[in-house]
Amino acid sequence: MAADRITISRFLLKRSGGARIDTSDVLTYLYLTAGTFLMFGPVLWLVFSSFKTQAGLVKYPPPLLPYQQVQVEVEGYDKALPLFTVTLDDGSVRELAQVRRVGIEAQMVDPADPSAERIKVNIKQREPVEEVKLAWENYLDPLVELENFDFFTYLKNSVVVTTVATVITLVINSMAAFALSKYRFKGRDAIFVLFISTLMIPITVILVPVFLVITSIGWKNNLWGVIIPGAATPTGIFLLRQYMLTIPDELLDAARIDGASEWHIYWRIILPLARPALAVLAIFSVMWRWNDFLWPLIVLSQNDYFTLQVGLNAFQGELQIQWHYVLAMTVVTLLPITLVFAFLQRFITTGIATTGMK
Amino acid sequence: MTASKGSAVRPNPTVRLLGLLESLTRPILLLLVTAVDRILTPIQRRVGIDRMGYFFVLPNLIIFGIFVLFPMLLNFYYAMTGGTKLFPADRPFVGLGNFETLFDCEDFLSPNSCQEDLFWRGVFNTIQYVILQVSGIVLFSLATALVLNRRIRARGFFRSVFFYPVLLSPVVVALIWKWVLQYEGVLNAIVEIFGGESKRWLLDTNWAMFWVVFVSVWALMGFYTLILLAGLQSIPPELYEASSIDGANTWQDFRFVTLPLLMPTMFVVLVLSLIRAVQMFDHIFVLTGGGPGTRTQLMVQYIYTTGFSNQIQLFGLSAAASMVLGVSLLILTLLQLRLGNQSSLS
Repeated sequence: MAADRITISRFLLKRSGGARIDTSDVLTYLYLTAGTFLMFGPVLWLVFSSFKTQAGLVKYPPPLLPYQQVQVEVEGYDKALPLFTVTLDDGSVRELAQVRRVGIEAQMVDPADPSAERIKVNIKQREPVEEVKLAWENYLDPLVELENFDFFTYLKNSVVVTTVATVITLVINSMAAFALSKYRFKGRDAIFVLFISTLMIPITVILVPVFLVITSIGWKNNLWGVIIPGAATPTGIFLLRQYMLTIPDELLDAARIDGASEWHIYWRIILPLARPALAVLAIFSVMWRWNDFLWPLIVLSQNDYFTLQVGLNAFQGELQIQWHYVLAMTVVTLLPITLVFAFLQRFITTGIATTGMK
Repeated sequence: MTASKGSAVRPNPTVRLLGLLESLTRPILLLLVTAVDRILTPIQRRVGIDRMGYFFVLPNLIIFGIFVLFPMLLNFYYAMTGGTKLFPADRPFVGLGNFETLFDCEDFLSPNSCQEDLFWRGVFNTIQYVILQVSGIVLFSLATALVLNRRIRARGFFRSVFFYPVLLSPVVVALIWKWVLQYEGVLNAIVEIFGGESKRWLLDTNWAMFWVVFVSVWALMGFYTLILLAGLQSIPPELYEASSIDGANTWQDFRFVTLPLLMPTMFVVLVLSLIRAVQMFDHIFVLTGGGPGTRTQLMVQYIYTTGFSNQIQLFGLSAAASMVLGVSLLILTLLQLRLGNQSSLS
């Protein structure tokens, strides 16, 4: 028992393993493997499932890979017929295509010899022949013909909201942070405190009045109504101001002596120097906006203006969930963020570790 | 040494793509910037350099004023008026009526005795959820951060493994798990392999809250793990050398070196996760819709349903409930500031 406890405490508490591999190292990698399985498993399961046909999805217990029944073209039949392995009454096993099923009786035909007489078998005597095949139609159908899920409109809306909101946030936040870090004017500290004090006041607390403001402006069912209210982020101002405080004032004074205007200083000196902080804020803003849900849900009630998140939610909330489409569209929705993450992984994780915000 | 290697800038496809974008947008930007400069230079001559600060802070201040400050004040008015009309002028003044409705309870401990029983269920569910979720997050992110802080291979990879779900949108996260947890889903298949019994996990009153907590811990813990990992890595290694000279074992190392020095970071994690947990909405809304019944309906969902998704939109009641939420957030924040000051003093 005591030995166990030491091992466990070593595993969790020791900062680094020694030269030899000991039990605590084994436990470490066990933990990490289990963690990887738990974190990636459900996502991978979603991806695998999204390639299954509607019929394949209701199979239980669910197979890992997407199987589909083999369909064969048989001479004399317009449509491709499903292929079965049939155990005949005499015990022989043959691969036959099913022409039609009547009650518990199935009429089969031999694909190699379509002119021969149809063979009638009990449906319990046949097993479908399956192959691994990806159901790309799950992805393609919603993109072109699904009535109540207009993927490209939602995608366009999401992209517009995300990019426009991020650009606006970066510009106005950096301007404000510049003012609050590099100028001395009356009321500066009061304004800063005012901004920062709303860090703890999320939009959930003021939904009704913001909704009134949006409605009065005429921004209900308008992407501006989603973009603008969250643009003046206190986190962004805080982050950028802290960073700009480290830029030496002498740099600005030197530029002023050279005759640069204040706007010029902001544009030519402050912004380029604040790039690391701006990049971090940009990544966060993209994440916030792409994933935003509650506020768009309130502002956007017409299909044409839905963002991907709102559209996906409406689609999965329908009475008859069409899981094969829902799964495929979920994969499409998580794809951009996954790609961004794959490219900027190091940048994002260190960004969060150093600023501690999301 | 590794840090300098990591921060070295290597041109990769992303950077090149960004460069291309920049060169395309540069002419337009230049035009805009010059135009602003033309307008501003005479103003700057008149008001002087320091007062240009007002100009720079103005755009942010305007948006902040219209969409944050003004609504904050207006929220009081909404909370004190009734009816179903949105525009303030059409709304009859009811004083504290909305709060009286919310707090009209025979016994505050049993939601059934309340007029707005949904609100009180929301309150109790929120309390339960917050306690479970925050302890789950603190526990698992601490354990994961400690493991990741060991000398392991492929640390970068494992760090991103735990962080990846943080980036996924709540709707996507909820759908991933809804699919795993459904009756004919993979979880039930696994449970059956081990001889367990299939369940409708999200429709089961005993399990729904567990899964709602589980899914949000799954989705968010990576974020706090990173913060804790940064905290762990900022502990100077000399301290451990010193403690090993003193003959400390691993437990003593943790108890007397790691834990005290990690306390400020733990505190940040606690504050952030607590404040986010109180406002939880989207994961649960998609996963269970607050069900089964009202088992997982939290406060924010009550605010949303009352004000926006019900047939009769009771904006006043919704605003009053959101003020209760706001006040609880305020109390939490103040409490934490108090505690934070104490812990940094001691």
